[in-house]
Amino acid sequence: MADTGISSSSGARGAPGSVATQATLPIARKPSRLFRNLASKIALVPMILTVLVIFVGCTIWTVVHSFTSSKLLPKLDFVGLAQYERLWGNDRWMVSIKNLAVYGTCSMIFSLVIGFTLAALLDRKIRFENTFRTIILYPFALSFIVTGLVWQWILNPDFGIEKVVRDLGFESFVFDPLHSDQFVIYGILIAGLWQGTGLVMCLMLAGIRGIDEDIWKASRIEGIPVWKTYVQIIIPMIRPVIVTSVVLIASGIVKVYDLVVAQTSGGPGTSSQMPALYVMDRMFKDQNLAQGFAASTMMLVAVAIILIPWAYLEFGGKKSRG
Amino acid sequence: MNTMTAVNTESSISIRDLTLNFGAVQVLKRMDLEVAPGEFIVLLGPSGCGKSTLLNCIAGLLDITDGQIWIKGKNVTWAEPSERGIGMVFQSYALYPQMTVRGNMSFGLKNQKMPQAEIDARVARAAEILQIQPLLDRKPGALSGGQRQRVAIGRALVRDVDVFLFDEPLSNLDAKLRSELRVEIKRLHNKLNNTMVYVTHDQIEALTLADRIAVMRGGVIQQLDEPQTIYNRPANLFVAGFIGSPSMNFIHGAVKGGKFYAEGIVVDLAGYEGGALIDRPKAILGLRPEHLTVTNTAVAGKTIAATVEIDENLGADSLLWLKAGDNQISVRIPVEDRLNAGTSVHLEVDMSKASIFDAETEARV
Ligand SMILES: Nc1ncnc2c1ncn2[C@@H]1O[C@H](COP(=O)(O)OP(=O)(O)O)[C@@H](O)[C@H]1O
Ligand SMILES: [Mg+2]
Repeated sequence: MADTGISSSSGARGAPGSVATQATLPIARKPSRLFRNLASKIALVPMILTVLVIFVGCTIWTVVHSFTSSKLLPKLDFVGLAQYERLWGNDRWMVSIKNLAVYGTCSMIFSLVIGFTLAALLDRKIRFENTFRTIILYPFALSFIVTGLVWQWILNPDFGIEKVVRDLGFESFVFDPLHSDQFVIYGILIAGLWQGTGLVMCLMLAGIRGIDEDIWKASRIEGIPVWKTYVQIIIPMIRPVIVTSVVLIASGIVKVYDLVVAQTSGGPGTSSQMPALYVMDRMFKDQNLAQGFAASTMMLVAVAIILIPWAYLEFGGKKSRG
Repeated sequence: MNTMTAVNTESSISIRDLTLNFGAVQVLKRMDLEVAPGEFIVLLGPSGCGKSTLLNCIAGLLDITDGQIWIKGKNVTWAEPSERGIGMVFQSYALYPQMTVRGNMSFGLKNQKMPQAEIDARVARAAEILQIQPLLDRKPGALSGGQRQRVAIGRALVRDVDVFLFDEPLSNLDAKLRSELRVEIKRLHNKLNNTMVYVTHDQIEALTLADRIAVMRGGVIQQLDEPQTIYNRPANLFVAGFIGSPSMNFIHGAVKGGKFYAEGIVVDLAGYEGGALIDRPKAILGLRPEHLTVTNTAVAGKTIAATVEIDENLGADSLLWLKAGDNQISVRIPVEDRLNAGTSVHLEVDMSKASIFDAETEARV
């Protein structure tokens, strides 16, 4: 400790004036912070540049062009907030916001609940755990397009669930969510859950398995029911895993696009529109770049509104804790 | 099958013919153990000998393969852990990290729907006994290891049970804290006077805490006795070697006509406290380092001639390593009596404290 005290009191570190005093002390002085871990810093430079140029740069470019009237090609003729006025006056956009809200809420809740329940069941040391885990995780390995098509077939009234149940004798059974304005979003939700909960389950299972076995013993001796142990003791203990799951699910929700394309292409009518689909359609179908950019800027703002307070709470508050 | 006739209803814990298999491995082998009310029993043995397994069986955390467990005169063999009237303390503390100390201690009671006033009273009493009142509103993460273990003991204490089970509660603490908390556990036992079963691999803990020690090996209790008996009259070679530090000196030889013969050594066995000394072609003489004294005068049949090799200063006393024929012998001597390497001395044997083992059966004679 004394060494660093001397070197820092003799003026700025590494300044020429301090060299003389340093020379009399054959002690390694504290290296400048800039040069600590130099190799790893150099190695990070390309990544940092990539992030800055591609991610930040392109984001700014998109935001800027959302204030223009670009059509097929980007051009910088600013029209103020005109694109945003059109956007919020557009029925399709409003439908997609509503759909996203329904899909997002349900997807978040059910992914967490089902994922945790499956993990808790697997944790009860059942037989064939590996088999179950593979089966449940398997859909995650598929692309959203494949999932979407598979579920389009399963939900298709001509050869899916409806057909099977009718063949069993229930002639009047109707189950056709993908062709119903009202229920189409739940058809997409089922496919999304089928694909996504496996990963959540695996994350949660890893978290649960990481908990000291003695915790379970202690709670059994105190006579706390298993479900209560999970809810009141285990869930708070695997908080980091849950936070990770929430972030993963949320990013999946915002990006939901391929699933809609494969299952319904936004139909029937516009009833299964999603914001990402709206962006893609405006940019490439309607050749209305600025409108697409305005929609994607709104998505960015929405994500930022959710993420920034969360990131602040999760990472920024560290020092004041404890 | 075992009969129920012999179950001792006087015992606090009664284990009858207990067997536990993990798959094909038999971890506990037909074990019997009676623990009197208020007794402090220590299960001592090397790692992996089945101590924790036995404790978990008593607690009901493991389903036993065969046998019976009785606690306070009730057959609890198939009872849930919470119904057995036990409290348990673990090596890893097993506190609930998101709850305060108070929350940890009251969680189980709340779950039993106990009135809040009663919970508060119990927590306050336990906190006072363990001197953790200032910590009640802290979380376990903000406590030291010793404090955490006190809280874990407190959590068992508030249950107001007759039987306490400890699974190596001090093994995660440093030496100083360990000896402090050891004394505290002893004090707790004196105060509460309930039955305690305490698992450890540390013989100092066992010798200081126990009313009786059960020395285990390979799922079998080798000896169950008071600490002094275990120390002075180990039932077999394993117990003799496991207890005592430095370990007992073993000299291989033969017993013939009331004398013990080994290479260059003849000792008269008169005064030996144990069984009849019939002739044995293969026997082992066990002598603890503190039961030998260094003298300059040889007495035929009473002393062993030896040469000093190393003198280790242990602070309070000194440990002398000597060579007697082929045998390495250690002797504890006062620090002032230190001797130089190469000195020839004679070791006087206190035959009343010696042990003789049959080399075949390894049992004490
Ligand atoms: N859940 C388990 N499954 C299989 N074997 C086990 C299990 N728990 C313990 N064992 C084995 O049982 C033996 C006794 O273990 P344990 O009672 O934990 O020993 P210790 O005396 O160190 O507490 C060890 O050999 C261990 O490998
Ligand atoms: Mg153990």
